[in-house]
Amino acid sequence: MATTTTEHAAEGASAGMPQLDFSTFPNQIFWLLVTLVIIYIVMSRVALPRIGGVLANRKGTITSDLRAAEELKQKALEAERAYNDALVKARADAAKIVADAKIDIQKDLDKAIAKADAEIAAKTVEAGKALDEIRAGAAEAIATVAKDTAKELVAALGGSADARSITSAVTARLKG
Amino acid sequence: MAGEAEHSEGGLAFHPLQQFEIHRLFGEGPIEWYTPTNISLWMAFAVLAIVAVFVFGSSSKSLIPTRMQSIGELAYDFVHNMVEDVAGHDGAKYFPMIMTLFLFILFANMLGLIPGSFTPTTHIAVTAILGFGVFVFVTLLGFYKHGFHFLGLFWMSDAPLILRPIIAVIEVISYFVRPVSHSIRLAGNIMAGHAVMKVFAAFAPMILISTIGIVVTPVSILAITAIYALEVLVAFIQAYVFTILTCVYLKDALHPGH
Amino acid sequence: MELVAAAAMGKFIGAGLAAIGSGAAAIGVGNVAGNFLAGALRNPSAAGSQTATLFIGLAFAEALGIFAFLVALLLMFAV
Repeated sequence: MATTTTEHAAEGASAGMPQLDFSTFPNQIFWLLVTLVIIYIVMSRVALPRIGGVLANRKGTITSDLRAAEELKQKALEAERAYNDALVKARADAAKIVADAKIDIQKDLDKAIAKADAEIAAKTVEAGKALDEIRAGAAEAIATVAKDTAKELVAALGGSADARSITSAVTARLKG
Repeated sequence: MAGEAEHSEGGLAFHPLQQFEIHRLFGEGPIEWYTPTNISLWMAFAVLAIVAVFVFGSSSKSLIPTRMQSIGELAYDFVHNMVEDVAGHDGAKYFPMIMTLFLFILFANMLGLIPGSFTPTTHIAVTAILGFGVFVFVTLLGFYKHGFHFLGLFWMSDAPLILRPIIAVIEVISYFVRPVSHSIRLAGNIMAGHAVMKVFAAFAPMILISTIGIVVTPVSILAITAIYALEVLVAFIQAYVFTILTCVYLKDALHPGH
Repeated sequence: MELVAAAAMGKFIGAGLAAIGSGAAAIGVGNVAGNFLAGALRNPSAAGSQTATLFIGLAFAEALGIFAFLVALLLMFAV
């Protein structure tokens, strides 16, 4: 009775749970160790250094690319700054040139105006002189004409008069 | 005892654990320690898949990765960050070992989801070697690095003096339970998922036997689909959990003073 | 013979009782995930850094359910 029970239980164990079949344990352990050693060697010798290298390489490339991009950005900023500086300088130069030109033109203009004024003044003086001469000439001519006319008139009226009295009379009248 | 379940359903075959049976690949005879079995076959498939993705996938070493290479890089970054975050910077030395554990468990779990395949991680022997291996390695590393200061891991210096021995006993017990829970969690989770799928699969041909199958068959097929999706998630999460717990234990060995 | 039958029945009853542990583990896992979600919604910026802790907690809670499942399996097939 007891023996049949134990036999039955042993049968149940072997048929029931293959996990508890101790006869296969050495086999499983041996092949597991073989597997683990193979995987460990493949991982530590080949796969992990390679993947780690690729990852480090990529990281390095990305970092250097980023640095290069940063440098290029700095360069671009510098170029922009230089361009702006040049623009400002050019504007200032242009303004200076314009101002200089204005000053030059003003100077020339002033000179020309002064010259013209001087010429005008000289011409005015000359003209005044000429006018005075003409006026003086005309006054003389008038006096002569008046004396002659007075002499003729006196003669025509039958009077006689000496030239001196007539002249003084006419001169007095002309002045009056 | 599986036979009783079979008889009680009359016609439906319930062998939820049959898929975990180990048998010889070639010929007949006893299973010696060197015999090629289905477990070694599927371990070899896992190795081949890992080599395909991580060696041939990244063979071009291109700056702009191909699809395979980016899978490898994702896994590398994932595990590397996990080791650095959890175990600290000096844990990075053990990164290849942890990567090996993660990839073996992940690929074994994922390949085991192919219908008709075999999952090495459902076997207690396999996961126990993994779990106890990590446990022994971490303990030896702790003693090697810190000598007897490593025992400070169990002596909570910020607890009240009276409680310290009690806490120390609890800590020692929980320390020695670690490899057990570590390995049984993995095997149990994967085994449970596969067994549940198998149970639903056994219900699927019900429509051939009785009229109640009109309801049972579609429901069990839908359930298999849902459980399968869950199992894909579990396959990844268990690999992740196993790896991150290894990192936590490693951190305890490297910095026992917290 | 009746003793064997009683032992077999006890085995099945025990396995069924052990399966209750799975439900308890489900409560635990739900607690962990729910509390994480509540905390994450309150402070979403801190949630990302705590996913590792979440998974460790889930694993610990779930491991005990797996132990219950294992006990059930052992009762069914190994004892």
